[in-house]
Amino acid sequence: MPLLKRGTLHPISLVVDGVEVTGHAEPRMLLVDFLRRVLGATGTHVGCEHGICGACTIRLDGEPARACLLLAVQADGRRVDTVEGLASADGALSVLQDAFHRHFALQCGFCTPGMLMTLQGFLEDNPDPTKDQVRAALSGNICRCTGYSEIVDATLDAAARLRNQDQAATNPT
Amino acid sequence: MKPAEFDYLGAESPDEALDALGRHGEDARVLAGGQSLMAMLNMRLASQQILIDIGRIEPWRYVRADGGVIEVGAGTTQAELLAWPDLAAKAPLLAKALPHVGHLQTRSRGTVCGSLCHADPSSELPLCLAVLGGEVVLKSAKGSRTLAAKDFQTGMLSTARKPDEIAVAARFPVARAGTGYAFEEVTRRHGDFAIVAVAAAVSGPSVRVAVGGVADRPMVREWTGLTEADMADALNGLAWEMGGFDDIHATARYRRELVRRIGARVIEEARTCRS
Repeated sequence: MPLLKRGTLHPISLVVDGVEVTGHAEPRMLLVDFLRRVLGATGTHVGCEHGICGACTIRLDGEPARACLLLAVQADGRRVDTVEGLASADGALSVLQDAFHRHFALQCGFCTPGMLMTLQGFLEDNPDPTKDQVRAALSGNICRCTGYSEIVDATLDAAARLRNQDQAATNPT
Repeated sequence: MKPAEFDYLGAESPDEALDALGRHGEDARVLAGGQSLMAMLNMRLASQQILIDIGRIEPWRYVRADGGVIEVGAGTTQAELLAWPDLAAKAPLLAKALPHVGHLQTRSRGTVCGSLCHADPSSELPLCLAVLGGEVVLKSAKGSRTLAAKDFQTGMLSTARKPDEIAVAARFPVARAGTGYAFEEVTRRHGDFAIVAVAAAVSGPSVRVAVGGVADRPMVREWTGLTEADMADALNGLAWEMGGFDDIHATARYRRELVRRIGARVIEEARTCRS
């Protein structure tokens, strides 16, 4: 890769929520700002801008990561999944989003995009987690409204439903 | 906040990164996982003319056990080391400590070598490297050298790395049969930097213990043949020797008490989990 000079825009292309997109970014532009300002994908929130609050959590090539601690140019050629890709095209909520809804696992909603992206990956790796494991996974996402209890409940509920779905898929009878 | 302006080089080979660092020296900063550096750039606690990103350099992404040493390459993330299948058997201390390094969303990007180079006095990986007596391999365009943990970390957020060098690998000694390893830390929240962290390796009458979060770097002590009462005295002496400090997280007195209590507990756990 050539040296990217400061103050000038560089073309980057990446796959965001399954769609190939291109845009221009200065070297110092954060990935979260690229998503929000260049692509207009404001579903990903930006909070503390130093990796503590977790609101900007996305998945980079499948791994949960902070979009405020990544440069847009670092995501060139890679896959980024955001909260905007969770619901299906007709607007139906994902199992996890639906569980959040039913359990009142959000109030102001600021932390929710990061919560969902952390937990989406976590449940893929840990389909049958304990409460403590969920709480440990959530330690990197700060919520100032819920006190976390409802979020933990929603996660355990979603995990159970996803396991049942998997079981139904493998035992079609 | 947003970072100040910089040039960015996404290096694709070790030579490209080392040559660029050799040319730019102190104007450059090596960007690996960015979980400390990006935060510091965003807060403008650091500002750099050029960032040399080593995250795309595949030859530097590896974990291998060879000749009694586990070598971890510069690009290897904390999550990758945690997922290494031999970790619990070959490096039980790292298996115990790594889940306390940040959060899963930061371990996915944060590198092992990057954490050693950041050299935060409270962080877990420098503590493990210190108690295990590991090494850091430094490389520049001119050559390479290997430093013992105690010679690498020179103080708070500072190391013996020269501006043209990259820490290309960390070397942790493989766990020895008959030695027990334990780790514990006290934090306000899981994943925070430790107020006090203790790691120990116990083999027969020999105890090697390291304390993080109190002095400006991990403090290591080695004791042999101490009775339980002697051990309490030794930990108390270590706590007073390091002093500790008051900050918004804890008082110096609380830190000393943690050294005494966690110290005793970690040494006991290491003694009982000997393989």
